[in-house]
Order: sequence, then structure tokens, then C-alpha cells
Amino acid sequence: MQERTRAGAIDKVATGIPGFDFVAEGGLPESRATLVAGTAGSAKTVFVSHFLAAGIQNFNEGGVFVTFEDSPADIRTNMRAFGWDIDRWERENKWAFVDVSPDSSGPTPIVGEFDLGGLLSRIEHAVRRTNARRVTLDSLNALFVQFADRALIRSELFRITTTLKKMGATVVFTAERTEDYGAITQFGIEEFVADNVVILRNILLDERRRRTLEILKFRGATHERGEVPFTVMERGIIVIPLTAQQLTQESSSVRVTSGNAELDQMCRGGFFRDSIVLVSGATGTGKTLLTTQFLSGGFRPKERGLLFAFEESRDQLFRNAAAWGMDFEKAERQGRLRVANQYPHAMPMEDHLVRMRDLIDEFQPTRIAVDSLSALERVFTLRSFREFVISLTSSLKQKQITTLFTSTTPSLLGGNSITEKHISTLTDSIILLRYVETPGRMRRSINVLKMRGSPHDTELREYRIDGDGMHIESPFTDVVGILSGSPRSVAAVGDNEAS
Amino acid sequence: MVHLTLFIAGDTFRSQRAIANLRRLGDERLDGRYELEIVDVRDDPQAAETERILTTPTLIKRSPGAPRRVTGDLIDLDQVLMALSLTSGGER
Repeated sequence: MQERTRAGAIDKVATGIPGFDFVAEGGLPESRATLVAGTAGSAKTVFVSHFLAAGIQNFNEGGVFVTFEDSPADIRTNMRAFGWDIDRWERENKWAFVDVSPDSSGPTPIVGEFDLGGLLSRIEHAVRRTNARRVTLDSLNALFVQFADRALIRSELFRITTTLKKMGATVVFTAERTEDYGAITQFGIEEFVADNVVILRNILLDERRRRTLEILKFRGATHERGEVPFTVMERGIIVIPLTAQQLTQESSSVRVTSGNAELDQMCRGGFFRDSIVLVSGATGTGKTLLTTQFLSGGFRPKERGLLFAFEESRDQLFRNAAAWGMDFEKAERQGRLRVANQYPHAMPMEDHLVRMRDLIDEFQPTRIAVDSLSALERVFTLRSFREFVISLTSSLKQKQITTLFTSTTPSLLGGNSITEKHISTLTDSIILLRYVETPGRMRRSINVLKMRGSPHDTELREYRIDGDGMHIESPFTDVVGILSGSPRSVAAVGDNEAS
Repeated sequence: MVHLTLFIAGDTFRSQRAIANLRRLGDERLDGRYELEIVDVRDDPQAAETERILTTPTLIKRSPGAPRRVTGDLIDLDQVLMALSLTSGGER
């Protein structure tokens, strides 16, 4: 009897699908068969096309697409939307179709025993011709619909994948599921043919579409667990990992200015360069002013600030900045500032995230402000929102970009927003801007509630806003209850206790 | 004259059975008036690609009449004739 020992670690093939290889801890196991299963519209065909396209574009590896449902002409046309020029790759012998899609003559009558030898020879031929390392079969349902003998089809698929694995190809085939949760496939392919299973889901959650990907079984290989969001955009599939990109990230001790000298003092020398700062306050407390000052703190050599503005228009922001004596237009011309005005409703969370990351990669900012996170919180589901913040902050910390988020509290006095409740643990520093109601006058207070890794001013200080910006002054010594939203003068508290 | 092409995958028992059944069909039902081309897709995969052969063995009737296909080892000659739109002795 022949015994085979398996190497401790399985070699992986990087798919080149953004985010997937991180989630799959390197990619798909090499020279193995992976089943990609999902309901209709779960982007299975885009996934396998991307797998082949990325092989050609990133690794110069040929690919073979065996299509059982869509015609090659349709696939060529549909995938052009993602910038994949399949026609050209076919001419260059980098991509080959094996066309098994239905034709006008209908299914061939069966008389006696048969096998899929014709298909196997065609696939082998295409693999040799393109020197393919990647083969996809999309989707197997058509085979099971056409041929009643499921045991035969399963054993033939096993023969095909075994042959392809011996040729050194990594195989990805798809199967359609009838529901997003339940049996993996109706045909038991996963048990007989697949070494690995990737589930694609397209589900409605709180009235919003949500695409997720889950790696169910990677025989003998490690991978992330659970559902991970992904999106389909101009360049294909983008998977959004929810954990930090690198856990080895060292935290920086370098300080940068907050753009406000007095706030720098409260923080004992400014923000840490790789920190995430949350500024919370009711409307009118000066969050946008603080954001503006933070960005202008980056108007210096080797710094660049990027603002994601979800509430105010570019014109408004520039006008306000000018009123406070900060020249945003000049900074923009000099390449020190970029303002991305986005309408939060326009797209799903994943798309926002991908666009933001693209812009960050392009502009290479040293500081980023998001004004406000609350605007996004209102349009995302809670779960998406939290995933958004986790994913964004981990990539920003990795790049050592100083980040300032603003959050609008729902009530004017005191207050706690959903944003804060769900992301406060993800932030390094929290700054509270609060209204303080005192006899005959509304005042404002600023407090550094938390600053990870540094001593900081713990006092509630009064600040004023005038034509020059924000001025932080002395602590409130005569008022308590500011943060709970029911400020009282200290004298009044004393009277109550005495009576 | 009936023009037939049989696609097989390698020299297997199944291929041999299909060839034997087909010769029996030609001799017994077509009075020997047939031409048979045998293509082994393992030697000529491009032919299989051109004809979009999925299963093997696959028999194609080129003429007379419209082209017809049937797949399997052709064990039942009546069913084969029906699938190819042929009658004993020639064209239906």
C-alpha cells in the first residue's frame, strides 16, 4: 500500500483578489480544488473571472475558463466592465475558454454508457495551450441538471480535478445554492470533489444588501473564520478584512500638532502620529472648526491633509476656513490639502471604504479628518458601521496617519452618540466638546477624556470661538455635571447638601 | 450513404463497445452504406473543441439531412437510429 505524507504547511496560491489573500492567509491552497458556492447574483462568475484575470495581470499565469452557463461572448462583454480585456488575452494565449454552454441544438440524447472524456480532453488541451496554472469551471449545476446520474458526474468531476491538480493547476469551480444559509450545494460536490469551500452571500440585512464571503473549509490549511464583507466595484471583487493588517505594528511616540496650540498643551505635546482621535460634540460646538485647525496643522513641508467631508460642501468648508484665517485654496493648490466631498447615502459601506482607501493610497496624506462619522452611522447598519471603522482605522494606523473623526451627539447638553458607544474602544484619544448652561449664559467646555499612552490634561476647560478660531481657557471650577448633561453651579450643590 | 463521425476518448472498453455497436448498426441497419470516421479526442482535442464534444463516446451524423448527435456506447440500435433521425435502410 502506498502511503503519502503531507507536508506540514500547504503552499498557497495568491489569487490577486484584493483582500481575499489576507483573509485566506495567503490565498488558495496550491494544486487543489476549491468550490465557490453562492446563490444567484452572489458574484460567483465575477469571482472566478477575477481569479483568472489577476493570475494573468499579477503573476503572468495563464487561465482556462470552462463555462457551462454563460456564453464566452457574454463573459467577454460582462467582464470588460472590470477592465479585463479577455479578447486580447485569448489572442495572446493567456486565457482560453472551454465552451460547454447550451447551444441551439439542445441536449444530446443518451444511448448507453458514457463519460466526460470529451470535456476532459478539451480542458487539458486548453491548459497546455495557455500554460495555465488556474482553471475555473462555472457553474457545475448545469452538468447536474443535464445528466441524471449524479454519481457519474461526481466521479467524472473527481477525475477532471485530479488530472488538473496533477498538471499543477489550481482549480476553482462554482455551484449555485438555493439559499444563503443551508446545505452547501444540492449535489454533494463539496464532499466528493472540493478540498476547500468558499461561500459567497448576498443577503438583505436591515433593508440593505450585504455581500459577504466565508471560507468554510480549507483542508489542512489555516484561514480566517466567519463572514467577511466584500464588494464588487470597477476593478472586480474587493474583500474587506475586519482585523488589523499587521499585528506587529509598533505604536509611534512621535507627536504632531493638533493645529491648536492650547489643545496640544492639554495633550502634553500634541497627538501621537499614528493615533485615532475622536472629537465628540453637539451641533455648533466647533467640531468642524477643530477639524479645520487640525488640517491646517498639516500645512507644512512633508505633510498632507485629506478631509472626507460628509456634511458640509467644499465651498462651505473653504469659506469657513477663510473666515478663521486659514487659506484652504492655497493649501489645495500646493498639494497640502485634498477635500473629498461625499454624499453618505450614495453607496454601501464597502464601496465607501474602498474609495476612501483608494484616495488615501493616491494622495498619501499624513493626516486625515472625517467630518462626520455620524453622517455615515446614519446610513449604514450598526454592524456595517462598526466594520467600517475597524477596517478603516486598522489600515490608517498601519500607515501611521494621524486621524481625526468627528461625532455629533444627538442632544445639545451632555449626550452620548451611537458612534461613540460603538467605536470609542477603537480610538486612541477622545475629546469632548460640550455646552455648559450657566445662569444667563451658554458656555462651552473641552475635555481630553482619554489619551492612550500619554498623560493628559483631565480638566474641563472653557473655550471661546471667535474670528481667529478656538481659544481654550481656564478650567470650569464653579460648575459640575457638565458631561452628564445637567450642569449645576458648585455653590448650588453645596446648598442642597446642607439643607 | 450515411456519413458518421464517432468521437471516443482513448482506446477503452467503452470506446471499443461503441465502435462494435456502430459497425453492427452500419451492417445490419444501413446495409453497409455508411462512412465512419473515428476521432480520438485524446489525440485530437482541437477537433473535440471545434465540435464542442462534452461526453464520449459521441456519434455525429453529418448527412443525409440535418446533423444529429447521440452519446453513449450505442447499445440500443433502435434508439440510436431514432436519435439520428435515420430509419433502417437509410434516410427516414
